[in-house]
Parts: sequence; structure tokens; C-alpha cells
Amino acid sequence: MGFEKLLFYIFAAVTLFAASMVITRRNPVLSALYLVMAFVSSAALWLLLEAEFLGIVLILVYVGAVMVLFLFVVMMLNIDVATLRARFIHYLPLGLIVAGIMVFDMFLVLGPADFGLDQFAKPQSQPADYNNTAALGQILYTTYLYQFEIAAVILLVAIVAAIRLTLRHRPETKYQDPSNQVRVRKGSDRVRLITMPAEPVPPSLTATLGATHTEMTE
Amino acid sequence: MPVEANSMIAILPEIVILTVACAVLVIDLYLPDERKDINHIVTIIGLATALGAISLIGSDKVTYAFDNSFIRDPLSDLLKGVILIVTLFTFVYSRDYMQQRQLWIGEYHVLILFAVLGMLIMVSANNFLTLYLGLELLALCLYALVAFDRDSKAGAEAAMKYFVLGALGSGMLLYGISMLYGASGGFFGFAQIADIAAAQGTDNQLLVFGLVFVLIGVAFKFGAVPFHMWLPDVYQGAPMPIVLFLSSAPKVAAFAMAVRILIEGLGGLQTDWGEILIILSVLSFVLGNVVAIAQTNIKRMLAYSTISHVGFIFLGLLAGTAAGYTAAMFYTVVYALMAAGAFGILVLLSTQGIEAEQLDDLKGLSERNGWLAAMMALIMFSMAGVPPAVGFMAKLLVLEAAVSVGLVWLAVLAVIFSIVGAFYYLRVIKLMYFDKPQLEQPLVIDGTATIAISINGLAILFLGLFPASLLQVCGVAFG
Amino acid sequence: MELWSLLPVPVQSLIATVLIILPLLGVVAWYTYAERKVIGYMQVRIGPNRVGWRGLLQPIADALKLMMKEIIIPTQANKQLFLIAPMISIIPALAAWAVIPFDAGLVLADINAGLLYVLAMTSLGVYGVIIAGWASNSKYAFLGSLRAAAQIVAYEIAMGFALVGVLVAAGSLNFSAIVMAQQGGVWHWFWLPLLPLFGVYYISGVAETNRAPFDVAEGESEIVAGFHVEYSGMAFAIFFLAEYANMVLIAMLTTLMFFGGWLSPFQGIPVLESLFAGVPGIIWLLIKTFFFMFTFLWLRATFPRYRYDQIMRLGWKVFIPITIVWILVVALAVVFEVSPWWSATA
Repeated sequence: MGFEKLLFYIFAAVTLFAASMVITRRNPVLSALYLVMAFVSSAALWLLLEAEFLGIVLILVYVGAVMVLFLFVVMMLNIDVATLRARFIHYLPLGLIVAGIMVFDMFLVLGPADFGLDQFAKPQSQPADYNNTAALGQILYTTYLYQFEIAAVILLVAIVAAIRLTLRHRPETKYQDPSNQVRVRKGSDRVRLITMPAEPVPPSLTATLGATHTEMTE
Repeated sequence: MPVEANSMIAILPEIVILTVACAVLVIDLYLPDERKDINHIVTIIGLATALGAISLIGSDKVTYAFDNSFIRDPLSDLLKGVILIVTLFTFVYSRDYMQQRQLWIGEYHVLILFAVLGMLIMVSANNFLTLYLGLELLALCLYALVAFDRDSKAGAEAAMKYFVLGALGSGMLLYGISMLYGASGGFFGFAQIADIAAAQGTDNQLLVFGLVFVLIGVAFKFGAVPFHMWLPDVYQGAPMPIVLFLSSAPKVAAFAMAVRILIEGLGGLQTDWGEILIILSVLSFVLGNVVAIAQTNIKRMLAYSTISHVGFIFLGLLAGTAAGYTAAMFYTVVYALMAAGAFGILVLLSTQGIEAEQLDDLKGLSERNGWLAAMMALIMFSMAGVPPAVGFMAKLLVLEAAVSVGLVWLAVLAVIFSIVGAFYYLRVIKLMYFDKPQLEQPLVIDGTATIAISINGLAILFLGLFPASLLQVCGVAFG
Repeated sequence: MELWSLLPVPVQSLIATVLIILPLLGVVAWYTYAERKVIGYMQVRIGPNRVGWRGLLQPIADALKLMMKEIIIPTQANKQLFLIAPMISIIPALAAWAVIPFDAGLVLADINAGLLYVLAMTSLGVYGVIIAGWASNSKYAFLGSLRAAAQIVAYEIAMGFALVGVLVAAGSLNFSAIVMAQQGGVWHWFWLPLLPLFGVYYISGVAETNRAPFDVAEGESEIVAGFHVEYSGMAFAIFFLAEYANMVLIAMLTTLMFFGGWLSPFQGIPVLESLFAGVPGIIWLLIKTFFFMFTFLWLRATFPRYRYDQIMRLGWKVFIPITIVWILVVALAVVFEVSPWWSATA
């Protein structure tokens, strides 16, 4: 029990540290990397909660795919952080007030009055062979089937919308189309053999090329 | 719990829309540019089929499906029907406009159909999770639709504003939902939350905080003051047919969301949210009506007019009586029809070479196309609340509801500002009938659109003369 | 054995970890030698033959040389990230081994979601490449890391879908259970019912490890050496180690998921089964794994490098649709209990 608690505090501290670094770094790439760190340590916190499926999926989806693409974009953009930061101090008081209100709200929700072991029974820890992946799948495909399908439709819409807003066919750019390339058949698509009468050689050319060449052509 | 067959029957309209959307998505790939009308035909047939499905499964009985996450009741039947009809109008009006601007492509139909799907889901949601998912589905489609003309900088800017503010609104809503989830001890069904709200009322601080955030989310989606900032900019930047869609159907869905959350979920806190709604309502109809006068861009003018109408819808809701809810619902349905008609006419005007964005573009419309001008005049009278158009009836009903709970001052204020508002609606009529047109050539629009706009306009007149049928249907929804 | 159980659990895990990592590093070291030798013979050369008998000590000489070399840090490079990058690439490559079973019950961490865990760990490897490329402050390195990022994300999806097929077929995410689901001889191993997924998985694995013919991230003829062009000495050696450890891992995973892991190939064959009954499972596992490791080298010696757009097309437009279709096929086969793989009694 003591070891788990220690792990919890370590990962919680790392999460907080990384999260605060995300918003204070001047370099957006570093911010993104700290965000990755925050994700990884929160995944570890989930593992401590015995939610291993969610923890691993957090790493797999957010860290392994989403953040990679995010970094990809951030690294290629030349973000002028100076102008972004210029009014940082200016807006800080307002931000702090909003944050204060949020903290107060959170305290109301998570404060001792509504939360903690007095209010809720401690969740039973599952036996070692308990498979929470299967349990999650079970509930997702029965009780929450409708919501699950709606979420799928939302993802489909995201694809359609993204493609509509960004895909442009530019006739002026030249590129190779691999699907056309692989569809090429031997023979007719590659070499075209044509029959044509031999061209008469103009006299001036015959003169310059010399007699030997003329003999060869005849 | 295996999925039962009657669950599938209950969501028949949703299934139809989803199938049609996916079908159009695939069909579009194989259509050459000159035959994109096939998308249009498939979509229209699909919407009509969904309407048929609604009337097929519709009854006065309430059915639940998918573990109580879905509800089908008279309210949902009526609102779904209105959404589908308004969408039908949208497609018919926008055909020529989109064709002329090379925007007549499959994604237009697909995105609107998915938005419709999102709205149907919202209307039939019986818990916060389903509601939120439906809302996000709708919002995502709308963001993309606002930026649909991707060569337009105004469109991109509008979409960006809409996206950021919309995300903020959704965030507020979600934050509130999470509080309600915590307050109820881990439930997000409306029924369970209603039990908690009835039992604990304002003693549970968390419930109140959750209510406030949820209400902000609802107000954002409606565009009520002070959460209205996105509305005029989005209306101005988006392509006209999208504004037509955006201003009509989603308001119906937002109304359903308000009903589900406030009445079915948090009915126990009616006195609390009623007070907040009073503030939102007053601010909305005051600011909407006053600022609309100063607008020269007709899209912006109608945006502020929308804000003022939202104020009136809230006026019905805040009364907290069945008659008030019925009046608000009546108002919403009527408003959707009026907005569809008004923007529909602007869309049709814009098919003749110009983008009818300024008030001046309406000048002398009666000389160019008398029938269209007459329809526009009818709609403007209705929006202003002049009898016999239905807008008068709608306003009367919500005012009556407010008076019946003793909010006479509020009703008086609403009347004063609707008279202020009448100015800018009547100005449109003056421009159409008494000013010289800027373009001389007559305005010719195609037959289907003329028929649609006639149905739309005359429905407003008809409902104004005989409101009883619609009113009765609205009344049934609130038993 | 009793002494073993007396040790505290962390010490037990530590010893077990060392017992996995040390042989692994040995395999990796001589894998580099094998690569040079195999490709040498394939190209009718001899390969390294100076250090030790037939060049067998070549890896040790290489390691010593790399250790002696200076680690050069380019000017304007982000020093911390530059040095962290190699570590980030080796740690997931080694961490993934925690859930790999070497024989029935012979596994460090027998967790339920082993398959997911491995997928998550292999997906982290790309960060080493990206950070290295970005922190080097070099155009070639940066280009290499961008290529790697796009390529790995593309193939990870196909890989993930292939694993979904395995998951459906085995009904479990646990590697031991996946191997046990393939019991009954060569024809029961999943390579047969999941043949398209096996192909997709293995090829995606080659692409994920940035090996030829998918080595555009290094692409020595185009961008010098890609993401690790600025690295020298041990920093470079660690990238090298990570790449080869990942190759061994992919070969091992292919064996576990599609070729019956430690199961004997002679199961169900009357005479041979009893003849080879004494062979420990780990031997079978290693034989199969070495075969797939050899295939990596074989591919490199045989195929020219893919063009970048062809790689993207293969990943997105060929592999992903194939896997999606085959997941459906497998799911139907499981539901309808197609024998001999999913008969009702099994």
C-alpha cells in the first residue's frame, strides 16, 4: 500500500509539473513535449486506479498518434511566440480570477462535503484476473450502444469536414499517381509501336554526314 | 442487455437520415459534376422518408429505447417533423445559389444531413450524454458548413469565431453536466436528475452551480444576450443557404435541449432558472431589437432579430406553466418557419448575379418580382407581430403566459420593444414597395422554389388565421 | 527455488528484467554482425572477417569504437533534448519486452492487456526519432524526423487493425492466451486464418522500425542519414540498439501472434510429436523468431527503397482497407465457429 501511495505522489507531482511547464514554456515544441509527459504520467495514475485499459489507450491514442501529429505541425510552423506572449501579463489578472472561480467550483464538487471516503464507499479492488477491457467492451456495446454509434458518426463527420475544408485539386501541380502507375499493363501501356514510312534524307544532310553513312542507310 | 427490435424501430427516422447521408457520401464520388442533382434528389427523398417514418411510429404514447437514453414522445415527433420540413425548404431554396457558386457538391448535402441527424438525436435525448453527443454532431457539421465556401475569407473568419465560441459554450455545458453528474451521485439521465432536483432543490449547492453552467451552455446555443456575440458575425460571414439552415432548424433543436434539460431534468429548480431566464430574455429582446435598427447588412439585421426572438421564446419558458411551454414551443416552430422563409427569399434574390446582403439590395423588389415581395412582406409582418400573420399569435401567447404568472412588467417591456422592432421589419417592406430598384431586370426564379416559398409564406398566413391545430399539437407535447 | 520466493518482489522483478535485457542486448549485438554477414553473402561478398574467428568479435570491436568516440553536440542544438532523444527511443523498445512470454508461464508481467501495452510502447518509439531530428538543428535530420513521424503514424493504424484481428481471433489481449488459442499444430496457428493480417502486420512492422525498403527516414542517398545524422559515439549507438531491439521485438511478436509462439510445429503429427516432445518451448520460439529476423535482412538485401508517396499509398489505401475487411471476415468466422480454428468445443 505504501509503495502505491509513493507512486501516486510521484506521478501526481510529475503531472502537475509537466502541466505547468506546458503553459509557461516559450518554445511551442517544448510545450507539446511537456504535454506528452503530462499524458504519460496521467496514464500512470490511471494504471494505479486499476483502469489499465484507459491508461494504455491514453498512451496509445493521445501520445502515440495525436501528439505526434501535433508535434509534426508545431515543428513546421514558425510560431512567433513573442507576440503571443506580449499580453500574457496583461491578461494574467483576469485569468487568475477565472482560475480562482474554477478552483472554488472544484472545491464545491470535490470538497470534503461531497467527496471523500465519508461520502462514497471505497471502490472494491478487483481480483487479479479481472479483465476491465472486457468489462468496458461489454458495457460499451450493450448499454451505451446508441451513444457509441453517435460518437462513430461524429468521427465520420470530422473526416468529411476536414477533407471538404482542406482537399484541393491543383491542376497546375504535377505529381505521380501511384494508382495509375501500378495499373500499367505490360505491352500496350508502356511502349507504343507504330509503323511509319522512312523519312527521305535531305541532300544537304547526306553531304555533311559523308559517304559511309549514306551507304549504311541504303 | 441485447438490443431489442423495438429500440431499432424507435430510432427509425435517425436510421433513415444516417443511411441517406452515407448513401449520398458514396454516390457523390461517382457522379460527374453535371449530374450532382442526383444528390439533391436522394436527399429530398430521404428527408421525406424520414418524415414518413416519424408519422409512422408517432403516437401519443411515450417510448424509451437503448436503456433509457432515447425517448420518443409527442414533443420529439413534432420538433423532428419541423426540423425535417425546414431542412427540405433549405435544400429547395439553395439549389440555384449553390450551383452558381460551384458549391453544389455532395458534402453540402452530407454535412446538412449529419447536422439534421445530430438535431434528431438532441430532440430525442433522454440523458445528458446523448444530448451532448447530438449537440456536438450538430455543431461540428455547422462549423464546417459555415466555412463551406473555402475561398471566402469572411467565411473562414466566421467559422473560426463560431468554432471557438461554440467550443466555449459546449465546454460550459459539459462543465455544468459534470457538476450535475456529481450532484446526483453518478447519474446523467434526466429522470434521475429530476428526482434529485425535486428532493434537494437549492439546498444542494452543486446542483445550482451545475444549473448555471448548463444554462449558459443553452443560452450560447440559442444565442441569447449576453452569449450572442457569435451570431451576427457568423450570419454575416457564412454563405446565405447555410445561414438559412443555421437560423432555423438548430433553434428548434436548441429549444428541445432547453426543454429536456430545464423542464424534464431540472424542473424542480424552476423558480431558480426562471429568474435567470428573465434576465436573459429581457437583455435579448432589448438588445436584439435596438441594435437591429442600426444594421445596414440584412444578414446582420436578421441575426439581431433572431436574438430578439430568442428573448420571446425564453419569455414563454420562464413562466414555468404548461401554457407557457406550449406558447414557447409554438413560437419556436413559427420562428423556424419565418427564418426559413426570410433567408430563403434572400437566397433566391442572390441567384441573380448579386449577393443580396445589404438592405439596399431589396429596393424595389415588388417591381422585379411581385409575388416574392409579397411573401417577404408577409414574413416581415409576421416577425414584427402584425396580425393576421402567425407571428402575432405567437407573441400574444408568450405574453399571455408571462402575464398569467404575474410578470406584467415583463410583458409590457416585451410589447414596447417589439414595437421598437417593428420599425426595422417595416423598413424592409418600405424598401421593397416604395423605393426604386437598383437592378431593373425582373427577378425570375425556378418553379420548385416558387412553390416552396409560397407554401412557406402561406403557411405563416394560414397558421395566423387558424392557429388552433398547431397549438393543440404543441399542447399535447406538454400534456 | 525457495530462495527465489524469499526475495522481495522488486528484487525478483529486477533480476528477471536483467535476465531478459542482457540476452536481448547480446542478440542485438550479433544481429548487426549477422546483418552484415547475411547481406554480404547475398551480394557475393564475405562480410566482416577480421576480428576474431570469421569476424565473430566484430560487434565488440564496434561497441568499443563507438564508446571511445566523442559525442558531438551541434551548435544551436537543443542540448537537453538532443541527449534525451536516444534514451526516449531505447526505453520503449526495451519496456515492451516486459509482457512477452517466452514459454508457458515464463513471462515478466502477465498482464491482461499485453497486446495493447506492446502497441502503446512501440508507438512511443517515434518520439525519439522526432525529438532527435528537431533538436539536431539540421535540415536533413529534421526532414528525416518528419518522414518518420508521418510514416509511423500511417503504419501504426494498419498495425493496430491487424492486432484487432488477432484479438478477435484469440478472444484475449493476453499474449499467453493468444498463443494458447493457436494450439493444435501448424494449421491451427493464426497465420493461416489471418493470412492477410499477418502480411500487413509484418510489413507494417518493417515500416515501423524504419527498415529497408521503408527506410526513407534514414534514406542515406537522399538525406544522408536522416534523423541521426548529427549523432556520434554512444548516442548514435543507442539509436542503433533501439532499432535492432525493435526489429527483434517485431519478429518475436509475429511469432507469438501468428506462428504459435512456443508451440511445437509438430503438434498433432503422430510420430514427430513424441519425438520432439522434449524440446523446450523457448527453443521453438527462438527458431521462429530468428527466421523472421532473417527475413528483415533478406528484405533489405532484396528490395530497393520505396518512394515516399508509394509508402503513404500502401499504408493508407491498401493496408488499412485490407485489415478492415479481414477483421469483418474474422469476426464472422468466429461468430459462425468456422472449424478447425473456432470450433464450438475449443
